[in-house]
Amino acid sequence: MIDPIFLAEAAVNGLLLGGVLALLALGLNLIFGVIDIVWIAYVDLVMICMYAVYFLVQVYGWPIWAGSLISVVLGALLGVGVHLLIISPILGSAPVNQLLATGGLLFFLQSFATFLWTTDHRSVRLTLPTLEFGGMFLSFARLIAFAVALLVMLGLYLFLRHTYVGTAIRAVSQDRDAMALMGANPRSVYLVTSAVGGALAGVAAALLIIQYSVHPFFGAAFGPLTFMICVLGGLGNMVGAFVASFIMSEVISIGGVMWSTEMGYVIAFVFFVVMIFARPGGILGRRT
Amino acid sequence: MSGGRGLLAALLVIMLAVPFVPMGGMQQYMLHVLIQIFIWSFIGGAWSLMGRFGLVSLGHGAFLGLGAYTTTLLWNFFGLTPWLGAVVAIVLTAALAVVVAYPCSRFQVVGHYFGLVTLAVGEVIRLLIIAERDWTGGSLGLTVRPHGGDSLLALQFADKRVFYYGGLVLWALGLWVWHRLDRSMARSAMEAIGEDETAAASVGVHVTRFKIGITVLSAILTAVGGIAYAQYIAYVNPDTLAGIGVSLRIVFAVVLGGMYALLGPTVGTALTIALAEVLRVVFGVTYVGMAETIYGLLLIVFIIFLPSGIYGSIADLLRRPRAAAPVAPAPA
Repeated sequence: MIDPIFLAEAAVNGLLLGGVLALLALGLNLIFGVIDIVWIAYVDLVMICMYAVYFLVQVYGWPIWAGSLISVVLGALLGVGVHLLIISPILGSAPVNQLLATGGLLFFLQSFATFLWTTDHRSVRLTLPTLEFGGMFLSFARLIAFAVALLVMLGLYLFLRHTYVGTAIRAVSQDRDAMALMGANPRSVYLVTSAVGGALAGVAAALLIIQYSVHPFFGAAFGPLTFMICVLGGLGNMVGAFVASFIMSEVISIGGVMWSTEMGYVIAFVFFVVMIFARPGGILGRRT
Repeated sequence: MSGGRGLLAALLVIMLAVPFVPMGGMQQYMLHVLIQIFIWSFIGGAWSLMGRFGLVSLGHGAFLGLGAYTTTLLWNFFGLTPWLGAVVAIVLTAALAVVVAYPCSRFQVVGHYFGLVTLAVGEVIRLLIIAERDWTGGSLGLTVRPHGGDSLLALQFADKRVFYYGGLVLWALGLWVWHRLDRSMARSAMEAIGEDETAAASVGVHVTRFKIGITVLSAILTAVGGIAYAQYIAYVNPDTLAGIGVSLRIVFAVVLGGMYALLGPTVGTALTIALAEVLRVVFGVTYVGMAETIYGLLLIVFIIFLPSGIYGSIADLLRRPRAAAPVAPAPA
């Protein structure tokens, strides 16, 4: 029998991981909802930003907040770059080709990172304490990451709700063609969305690098999970993605303690497949 | 058409003769590259059976891994010949294909959703292989137990030429299946389903039956390819035979070549393998990852500029003067 303290610790860790996963899922979902293309390489952009933070902080001795700021800017630039160079030429192509173009980007980023930085695992060593709370050991880095992720998500919500650009983004995600008829320019909305999505990747990178080490295959570890969360929540459905992140991270975290890390993922993925059949519109979606 | 036949026959004769061309020390290496091209083209062809009808699977690694690991485990632990092991593997793969395809068809899981469901299935198989490390060796992989010398029963041969001819036969078999399907009623039915499921059903096409059928066929052939590859390399590894990496690799090779043409998967696979080999020889081990980087870049460029693949685009170009180019079926 597993010690209930371990289970509680796993549950809390799952909750904390869920915050960062939700950030990733929201970024990917925002782009999907507006541009209608799944960026398979999304988490690989995160990986690049993680390397940026690593080098700035660990090699050049920048403070972590400055490195994080650069990571956000870099993420936004990468988002715009990906949109202009890869996505906009294929906006009218078959969905398969769109999926594969960003898949090609995944291979490119993964192997270019291998080429530049080898497959070594690198981590930012911050001296953050471990908190003990009722017999559970919680990492302070995770708590910070969780809090920042929640704050950024709140910011995203306010941005989408209360700014003119945010309203335009939501309008395009509701009806692309009607928005163009209203005289709005979808192209600039796409650009802003890609920049915001990229910036979210940058934030996530800064939050992930203080908990995990980065390596070229980081995207392969978190990428599939992120897509599945998006689909589970309903592609384009932000609230759904938020809820789904916590469900998946809890399943992985608790499953990992009960059996093994791999089995945690297996259960999460099987759960995902079953849910797709049971609720194709996402956990919060209505069945059509 | 007869010109094409003649060309094909000439090509076949050349292929049959390759192992006897004196190439000195290069021969083993050349054979090794060609065998890989045959096997992976066959697998790519199997994938394209589904892909060309809009069933874009991102999880064919599941079938590949299930096939390869079933025969290898049965041989290593029970001494069951891979011939019988293959039968077991095919039954298991077919079952998995039905388990995936039936609900997907029943609940109309198509497009992005289908891709992601299959991707999840591929990852599940990879993770299960890693999790059962007591049997499978986990991430370290598993060596196929050597039989000691050549054996048809164990499907192990020291001479690469045996595998060369085996691979050639397998590849030809894949083309034959593709060709048969291309000329069958099932193709029209599947194309109709790929374009509009509801419309297809309304004119009497049994959507579920056709989708399951094509998925099972594709899965079985993929498993056979996986078994062949495992027997040739004599080593199985969850990362090279299951999961998202190999699944995407299969898709890329096919899309690069063109999935709507008979030789598209072969052209794409041959190009990607040849490219990887050339880059490996050029850069050696000094620039690890460079070959893949260029590969990734080329993929992006090709998908943007040649959406129907290299072979597909050339074929379209050649066909155009005679008749209006047939519209490639738009994948859903």
